[in-house]
Amino acid sequence: MRRREFLRTTAGAAGLLTAPYVARAADARILRFVPQANLANLDPVWTTQYVVRNGALLIWDMLYGVDDKLEPRPQMVEGHEVSPDFRTWTFRLRPNLKFHDGEPVRSRDAVASIERWMARDSTMGLVIKKQLESLDVVDDRTFRFRLSAPYPKMLFALGKSSTPCLFVMPERIAKTDPFKQISEYVGSGPMRFNKNEWVPGSGAIFERFAGYEPRAEKANWLAGGKRINFDRIEWKILPDAATASGALQNGEVDWWEQPLPDLVPQLKKTAGVSVDIADPLGNIGSFRINHLHPPFNDVRARRAVQLALSQADYMRAVVGDDESLWKEVPGFFTPGTPLYTEQGGEPLKGERKYEAAKKLLAEAGYKGEPIVLLVATDVAITKAQGDVTADLLKKIGMNVRYTALDWGTVGQRRAKKEPPGEGGWNIFHTWHAGADCVNPAPYIALNASGGTAWFGWPKSDAVQSKIEAWYGAADLAAEKKVAGDLNQAAMDDVVYIPTGFFKGYQAWRNNVSGIVKAPFPVFWDVSKT
Amino acid sequence: MFAYFIRRVLATIPVVLMVALFVFSLLYLAPGDPAAIIAGDQATPDDVERIRSSLGLDRPFLVRFIEWLWNVVRGDLGVSIFTNLPVSHMIAQRIEPTLSLMCLTLFISLSLAIPMGVIAAWKHGTLIDRAVMMVAVFGFSTPVFVVGYLLAYIFALQLDWLPVQGFTSISQGLWPFLRNLLLPSIALGLIFMALIARITRATMLDVLSQDYVRTAKAKGVEQKTILFVHALKNAAVPIVTIVGIGFAALIGGAVVTESVFAIPGLGRLTVDAILRRDYPVIQGVVLLFSFNYVLVNLAVDLLYTVFDPRIRY
Repeated sequence: MRRREFLRTTAGAAGLLTAPYVARAADARILRFVPQANLANLDPVWTTQYVVRNGALLIWDMLYGVDDKLEPRPQMVEGHEVSPDFRTWTFRLRPNLKFHDGEPVRSRDAVASIERWMARDSTMGLVIKKQLESLDVVDDRTFRFRLSAPYPKMLFALGKSSTPCLFVMPERIAKTDPFKQISEYVGSGPMRFNKNEWVPGSGAIFERFAGYEPRAEKANWLAGGKRINFDRIEWKILPDAATASGALQNGEVDWWEQPLPDLVPQLKKTAGVSVDIADPLGNIGSFRINHLHPPFNDVRARRAVQLALSQADYMRAVVGDDESLWKEVPGFFTPGTPLYTEQGGEPLKGERKYEAAKKLLAEAGYKGEPIVLLVATDVAITKAQGDVTADLLKKIGMNVRYTALDWGTVGQRRAKKEPPGEGGWNIFHTWHAGADCVNPAPYIALNASGGTAWFGWPKSDAVQSKIEAWYGAADLAAEKKVAGDLNQAAMDDVVYIPTGFFKGYQAWRNNVSGIVKAPFPVFWDVSKT
Repeated sequence: MFAYFIRRVLATIPVVLMVALFVFSLLYLAPGDPAAIIAGDQATPDDVERIRSSLGLDRPFLVRFIEWLWNVVRGDLGVSIFTNLPVSHMIAQRIEPTLSLMCLTLFISLSLAIPMGVIAAWKHGTLIDRAVMMVAVFGFSTPVFVVGYLLAYIFALQLDWLPVQGFTSISQGLWPFLRNLLLPSIALGLIFMALIARITRATMLDVLSQDYVRTAKAKGVEQKTILFVHALKNAAVPIVTIVGIGFAALIGGAVVTESVFAIPGLGRLTVDAILRRDYPVIQGVVLLFSFNYVLVNLAVDLLYTVFDPRIRY
């Protein structure tokens, strides 16, 4: 054998031997993630879907970001000044912030983004908009709010994780009508969106943005330095839970955001797969009542259901027998968060009182009229709750009209204010993310302003006055006092009935590390070997 | 023949238009609201109303239909309400996986079903015949998703031979392409194979009892030639008809198969669009399916003349 041939052969053999390591190293730079739902669009202001928010967190950065204590921390902002009366807020952006198209981030981009967000965020954005006297660009890095009333919760509003979040987009994109979808996905976040490889319903690709400069602090939920250890994050849309489970077990995907509870025992037994709670803030199940029509326009009828409703029945139907995943909550706020209280929650505690419920219904004048229960049978959580409710209402002598629909139709029907017999409704089920129930600001389901309130249109002056009081509360002690009174008022007037608190799982391959528990997938500091 | 072909192609236009009107009306009358889905669970009724208005969903039925039809005539299928992408682009992204799945399914099922049907007819009443029919009954009565899950469990999770899900374009190599499509094609093809095998057997039994077959046997023609050259060609007309009809069944089955194996095809696009009431996408896909179905029927009609020269148009 000639020297050159020998060298060529040994080099080839060495290449073959090292190929798997090279491939593995390359694979370690790609994270394959199965999100909770299809990423059908990517305008985080136009739609409030969580999956869109989660994708947007990679592309766009925020002025502030909440940490795991739900405290807003500066993110794109270097610092702020606030007047003693909380009416003038001045913010200064960090230097060297860049969009994915290479343009610098300027305060006019932030202002345009805030304006678009305010028009769509019916929880905190609209409140700011109503009080806004001016929102001005001071210089390229500084902008200023002037408000007609004190607004001490400004930082939380700018950094809240509930949808829609305030993401900063280039001015030309942020000028898009807030009720129309953007078509350019240019942000200043750690990853850029590869629109060419996006197949809605199948997958989405995010690529590392080399121009991103993370903050120096350690990452904590949406706060701190968002350091990404991957060149590519591939979102794989796997609508079938069994397929997603198989793909994770087979190593075809690395991380599954929301495994079906039924499949978790199998995943826990699988070598190479880890399973843990996904979101420590969990979810609160909702028994939503239409306050406009009999019998539930009478508070006694609403209290009758409240007295008979067993949260344990709902939770077992929703998440099964794993009691570590759920708990009964005689309150409206997220358990484990500062404002959680059980003040006024007695009707939901202890033995269920069917006879007392029947008596209250009779007092309310209920005479067996049909109760239209809308059940979205294509969503496991709403279907399970609907089945329990049908049984509960029968137990207390109500005439249930179980109306099986898909979620899209429930979404349309629940907006109808007509009487239940004319296309309206009495009850539907949903659930609220625990992150949206930590205080009254993002908690639209607790609003009881009547015609302008969320579906069901509850009206309670007592509840509304407490919500307003919370906005003016100067410290946590004052907030807690108001939250207690608010919980009591909302329980007394039965704004809606919480059906329990439940958590979900997430699962990942063991070669992936750094996954944290949060109300959204946190990709920064995750790595793969 | 050419004139017939042109006439049939032209005749598809009113059929497709009727389908379009039917689909459009059905969607208009069906409950469900894309605006509510877009707005999300936390939206106020006012938000939903404004989104509905911005999407033009509050305009009258006729205005929307005529506008849509005019755009279709100009080759514009519109823009998806949810993705903001052109419907034609979304369909183009999905055609390759669905076509690949259908072609491989047809290839696998026809290559197995026809010999199975022929052999069953030849060995009529024997153990082989019963075994073939048992396989056919099993294939026919087992839902696609059950077969799909079973195949994935055995060949992907237990044996680790093939992947659980996904699609790789043929442009990235034949083996990666086949690797992803084998299990879904077998799952989808089983029912089709059963159908074709049964029809082939029944038709062959009929043909094998004809005088000319007996004559061929008397003349000492080889059994293989009698079965596959003389008899099968004469039995082909009903088989081709069933293949054509089965094509529609394949589209239905593809919806399930694409979901189970996460293949980004037209079936999944349709289901996603229906669940979200993404009207432009539903209309575009149904229009494509109906056009496709009409073309398949035309192809079947033309194939009759190949297998039976007595047929003239």
